[in-house]
Amino acid sequence: MDRFSTSVPISGSSTVKAVVLESSDIDRAMKRMAHEILERNHGADGLVLAGIRRRGVPLAERLGNEIERIEGIRPPVGALDVSFYRDDIAIRQPADVGQTALPFDVAGKIVVLVDDVLYTGRTVRAAIDALVDFGRPRAVQLAVLIDRGHRELPIRADYIGKNLPTSSREAVDVRLAETDGADSVVITEGPS
Amino acid sequence: MIKHLLSIDQLSPSQIELVLKTADSFREVGTRTIKKVPILRGRTVCNLFFESSTRTRISFELAAKRLSADVINFTGDARSSLAKGESFKDTAQTLQAMGVDAIVVRHSSAGAPHRLSRWVEASVINAGDGAHEHPTQALLDLYSIREHFPSFDGLRVGIVGDILHSRVARSDVAALTKMGSQVTLVAPPTLIPPAIDSWGAEISYDLEEVLPKLDVVYLLRVQKERQNEQLVPSLREYATFWGLDRRRVDLMKPEAIIMHPGPMNRGVEIAADVADLERSIIIDQVTNGVAVRMSLLYLMLGAADRALEEVPVG
Repeated sequence: MDRFSTSVPISGSSTVKAVVLESSDIDRAMKRMAHEILERNHGADGLVLAGIRRRGVPLAERLGNEIERIEGIRPPVGALDVSFYRDDIAIRQPADVGQTALPFDVAGKIVVLVDDVLYTGRTVRAAIDALVDFGRPRAVQLAVLIDRGHRELPIRADYIGKNLPTSSREAVDVRLAETDGADSVVITEGPS
Repeated sequence: MIKHLLSIDQLSPSQIELVLKTADSFREVGTRTIKKVPILRGRTVCNLFFESSTRTRISFELAAKRLSADVINFTGDARSSLAKGESFKDTAQTLQAMGVDAIVVRHSSAGAPHRLSRWVEASVINAGDGAHEHPTQALLDLYSIREHFPSFDGLRVGIVGDILHSRVARSDVAALTKMGSQVTLVAPPTLIPPAIDSWGAEISYDLEEVLPKLDVVYLLRVQKERQNEQLVPSLREYATFWGLDRRRVDLMKPEAIIMHPGPMNRGVEIAADVADLERSIIIDQVTNGVAVRMSLLYLMLGAADRALEEVPVG
């Protein structure tokens, strides 16, 4: 089950190996991604952001704020919970099911999915399935703060905060002010 | 999560909280255009009903279908040959051999779901067994109360009516007291069961004296089919002494709510106009029932031993 631990520390048993990003690094990465999103889509017209619970949601809010600062228009921001679309219910059951709240119609929109860590790609697969239940977007793009490799599905990110080659024995912890009190990205090594 | 749900006693307060919290997410699913999620694709749920039921069976069927499970309905009459122990076991083994993952069972005999759970590999969910328990009704009642009050702790709930025959009352008292609420059972002495002291609830024989203290007024259905037991002189007399009419509603706290497990006898335990008041949440109970049953099926049919662990999501 260590392989699933991309964002939540295993309590008590993991050790921090390296701090990869500090708060200011995260800020700069988010600003750059906001610019890239606007450049690629020729502005914010028809653009909506959908954060994948949990930590994708505050990141989507931050991208929304940056886009507003640059463009003067704030794209609508929603939250997507993918628990009911996962493929691993037989082996693992998340205790913390959240709620989906998409305060916009996805039909015809360019939807940017936002998550903290891209790893196996299975969460993103579930997120795309969850999203299309709400309508047919014009396009779906993916923004992640960290891409740590080890994909198990043919999925890639369109916007990446930082590429972070890791071993699958390591875990990447993204901590955000909104969910964890302060911003940082650290690599930890869990029990094997 | 637990493998079988036979009685409310099996659930800890934190497990109940988990069921209710997960049901919040399924409530949201119920508001979508596509009210269906793929999580239980390939699983099979059997509704095994030996006693008549419309709403509970439909509610379970809809819950399973909205989780993308396959559903089979097996309806038997408890007075037919299926009432005999051996036939019940044969039915169980047949379902077992067909490879069902969950069996939702209603039976007129208390303990039938418990017995079934020892015969099959599938998860067994009690959908009402005799006058024993109806745990999913209690969970949906908790969910519905939670939509109106911030905490169960110290909440005063009155359950009014035929306590003697009511599995709903038994499960509700167990669930509510477990969550810290105070329950008062209000009924004529003939409709109070003998071993009531062990329930952990207060007893009252005076509805009008109790009403002003309650946050929740829970009315039980008068079981007309039990009229020949002579426990109540007549339906009219029941309505006079125990029915909730407008005059009695005025004795309630302004924020107090009215509940009923259905089906209602308008004009007997509840006046026709009272059932349609804003503070009556009887229709919400039905909507919430689907979400709570989805939550239970999801939690029980997942990786069984992991549900309460903090498992990271990646």
